[in-house]
Amino acid sequence: MVDRRTPLARARGLGSAKAGLGHWWAQRLTAVALIPLVVWFAISLVMLSGADYATVRAWIGSPLVMVLLILTIGVGLHHAQLGVQVVVEDYTDGAWRLSLIVLVKFIAVLFGLSAIVAILRIGFGG
Amino acid sequence: MSVANRPSNRPLSPHLQVYRLPLTANLSILHRATGVALAVGALYLATWVIYAASGPRGYAVFQSFNSSILGRIVLGGWLFSLFFHLCNGIRHLFWDAGYGFELKDASRNSWIVVIVALVATAVSWIVGLRLV
Ligand code: HEM
Ligand code: HEM
Repeated sequence: MVDRRTPLARARGLGSAKAGLGHWWAQRLTAVALIPLVVWFAISLVMLSGADYATVRAWIGSPLVMVLLILTIGVGLHHAQLGVQVVVEDYTDGAWRLSLIVLVKFIAVLFGLSAIVAILRIGFGG
Repeated sequence: MSVANRPSNRPLSPHLQVYRLPLTANLSILHRATGVALAVGALYLATWVIYAASGPRGYAVFQSFNSSILGRIVLGGWLFSLFFHLCNGIRHLFWDAGYGFELKDASRNSWIVVIVALVATAVSWIVGLRLV
């Protein structure tokens, strides 16, 4: 096979295997977990079309839905945060890159935790 | 860099303004676009349960946006994004496992991904609108 690498690329060695694999693997693992979760969620959402406030709360607050919804939001936001990090890394660098990645992670944790607290409040009353 | 001193005999990339991207390339871009759209949608999902916990008045405000024309268009786009990203994501996982890379296979299952995503979106809309 023809070696198409530049001299610089060859000098830099075979590339990095620092933290990349963990990130890659977590993106796949969350993707696999999301397959059943988002199918369940999409069907539920369609079935809830036109539902009123009381119906929606009763749905969110039932034990199985609470667990699945927390999983969907938690795993979904983790996968989203990993994915958006890659997008940011592809198009930015320097201070922008770092600030945007930090911002994305903070937003994911803030919204995720708030949503979990909200679901628990609906389920356990208060 | 002139042609003469290019470091090695590397292939040139297609010029994007004159090159019609194949379906596989367009879907690759769409996976990224829908991923970012879904990330925003996930924040919206979190906002939804937060409003539902906040009481009927807050929820009514949220719901009035959902049932507006704009809200319905965005929900439709969100559902399509979800189904497309789901189907194409499964294809990604097969690729990661080493299957489906041949050009012929990749083109064929590109079409399958598009069609399944469109049908799933249409079915969801039809069922959803009947229930409203
Ligand atoms: C809450 C739902 C989801 C969100 C918010 C989301 C978001 C994202 C984002 C932002 C990316 C990065 C895109 C890029 O780098 O170009 C991504 C990549 C990916 N997503 Fe999702 N996604 C979701 C659901 C799913 C599901 C259900 C699957 C199922 C198979 C999936 C499979 C993948 C895969 C395999 C990648 C990596 C693609 C690559 O390496 O280029 N995602 N996702
Ligand atoms: C993952 C995020 C989302 C969640 C959890 C969610 C939640 C819901 C639920 C439970 C319903 C049915 C309840 C009802 O109609 O009273 C609904 C309907 C709807 N949602 Fe969402 N939604 C999401 C994404 C979106 C987005 C991004 C939009 C647009 C901004 C949107 C617009 C709509 C519309 C147009 C309806 C139909 C309203 C109707 O039934 O009259 N949804 N949504």
